[in-house]
Amino acid sequence: MKSWSKPLGGLLKLTGVLAMLAIALPCFAQDATPAAEATAAAYESYDAFTQTPGFTLFTVNNLWILISASLVFLMHLGFASVESGLARSKNTVNILFKNVLIACIGIVTYALWGFNAMYPGEFNGFFAAGGWFGVSNDDVSLMTDTYAAYTWWTDFIFQAMFAATAATIVSGAVAERVKFGSFMVYTVLLVTFVYPMTGSWKWGGGWLDQKGFYDFAGSTLVHGFGGFAALAAVIVLGPRMGKYVNGTIRPILGHSMPLATIGVMLLWLGWYGFNGGSVLSADPRGVSYVFVTTTLAAAGGALAAAITSWFVLKKPDFSMTLNGVLAGLVGITAGADTVGMGSSLIIGIIAGIIVVFSIVFFDKLKIDDPVGAISVHGVCGIWGTLAVGIFSTNEEHTFGTQLVGCVAVIVTAFVASFILCAALKAVMGLRVSAEEETEGLDIGEHGNEAYPDFSPAHK
Amino acid sequence: MKLIIAIIKPFKLEEVKEALSEIGIEGMTVTEVKGFGRQKGHTEIYRGSEYTVDFLPKVKLEIVVADEMVTKTVDAVVKAAKTGKIGDGKVFVVALEEAVRIRTDERGDAAI
Repeated sequence: MKSWSKPLGGLLKLTGVLAMLAIALPCFAQDATPAAEATAAAYESYDAFTQTPGFTLFTVNNLWILISASLVFLMHLGFASVESGLARSKNTVNILFKNVLIACIGIVTYALWGFNAMYPGEFNGFFAAGGWFGVSNDDVSLMTDTYAAYTWWTDFIFQAMFAATAATIVSGAVAERVKFGSFMVYTVLLVTFVYPMTGSWKWGGGWLDQKGFYDFAGSTLVHGFGGFAALAAVIVLGPRMGKYVNGTIRPILGHSMPLATIGVMLLWLGWYGFNGGSVLSADPRGVSYVFVTTTLAAAGGALAAAITSWFVLKKPDFSMTLNGVLAGLVGITAGADTVGMGSSLIIGIIAGIIVVFSIVFFDKLKIDDPVGAISVHGVCGIWGTLAVGIFSTNEEHTFGTQLVGCVAVIVTAFVASFILCAALKAVMGLRVSAEEETEGLDIGEHGNEAYPDFSPAHK
Repeated sequence: MKLIIAIIKPFKLEEVKEALSEIGIEGMTVTEVKGFGRQKGHTEIYRGSEYTVDFLPKVKLEIVVADEMVTKTVDAVVKAAKTGKIGDGKVFVVALEEAVRIRTDERGDAAI
């Protein structure tokens, strides 16, 4: 590292903090009113609304979205568990720390900028500036069914949880060698500026939405985005020491399969909120439909991954089967409400087959991904998006449009991530020292141990 | 006094402990170790890549006995730990200089 890069790195961190403060200052003014048109049935006040017949339905719908937000929140525990389980014990604290902080950074930056940047109302279709999400609690146009089946606050918190999950996909792929501080700066910039931009292209009514691109809950906008941001990061970062030696691939074993299992099953549970909540109401038929397609895909993915690894690798591989569950879930996420039941099972099965080959493929390219994030989220995110073009019951969804949307988002995510990582590498270093990597990031980055009195064998 | 070090297969620990108990030996220290002799390891596969595991889990027992008990002890361990299959382990006898019971300050054979 050059002698000027350390103070410059410090300056970058300071600039980032000051930028955040500058964006945050308007929040103290608690200003209000994004463009929300008053309808003919405008309510006099929130209290007046509570007396109307529509209030009960509104309450039920709103409640379901809040529950869904909580389920998506739970996915952070899932990510933390699966990532630490598949990594070595000496890096456990570091991985847990990254996951906990990313959830917080995702939510706070979404409040400061992302929510309004992603849902700007009228805009040029490509990029909108964001700002503090706060509005007046008394704004009847935002807190009643004039706005949606749920309040502005519910809308924010549900979407904020999604933003945080997009960011956390990268943390698994870069585990065990990325510098903590650099990764935090990366996360702030990626989640604040890039994720809302690509999200606005479809969910914010931007150019992809105009084209007819469809992504129900984010196979491309969340998973493809995260997976290909991860790919760029891993390429710049390099593999773990000792992983690729003399042309062979040396496996680095995860330290806790129970923890990895807990993680994946929590993610599966969280997905009921991820997909179930994306119906954006508690409509019984809509939500129950999505619950079933989601579940069939997850089960199909797991079974397919288990059987595929059995055939291809002589014995069924457990961690790949866990990845298969997630692959199926990612695969159904674009079309959970628009593909048939049989199709959802097939989509999951194909995702489970793809993920096994993808994991082996990236290893052969010497792209080191300790948890399979690139394969699960990136590759299967593409599959899930294209599957809408193939299986959707809605004729307006075409393979071509799905392909355009998918490629546009993942290329943007990849390029943005690549630039960010290259810049961070030059300015403050992206990777820990070889010594620290050997000793473990828990000691090097945090001066902590995950298992102070009992250390499972670690290399 | 002698220090007897026995490396045995982990599942044999209970049997060996009971055999030693029968000849009057009540104290020992046990450690989980890994090792190999002429027993080969095996190949495992993780996420598509194969690797060889040479070190196999074993259990190490350390027992301190008076000179008169050495033969009986070694025989008891060998008999209880034997399966006849490769990897059964080994027993070593090491000359011991001193032993002290911490609670009472007793030394020598009285400390065993």
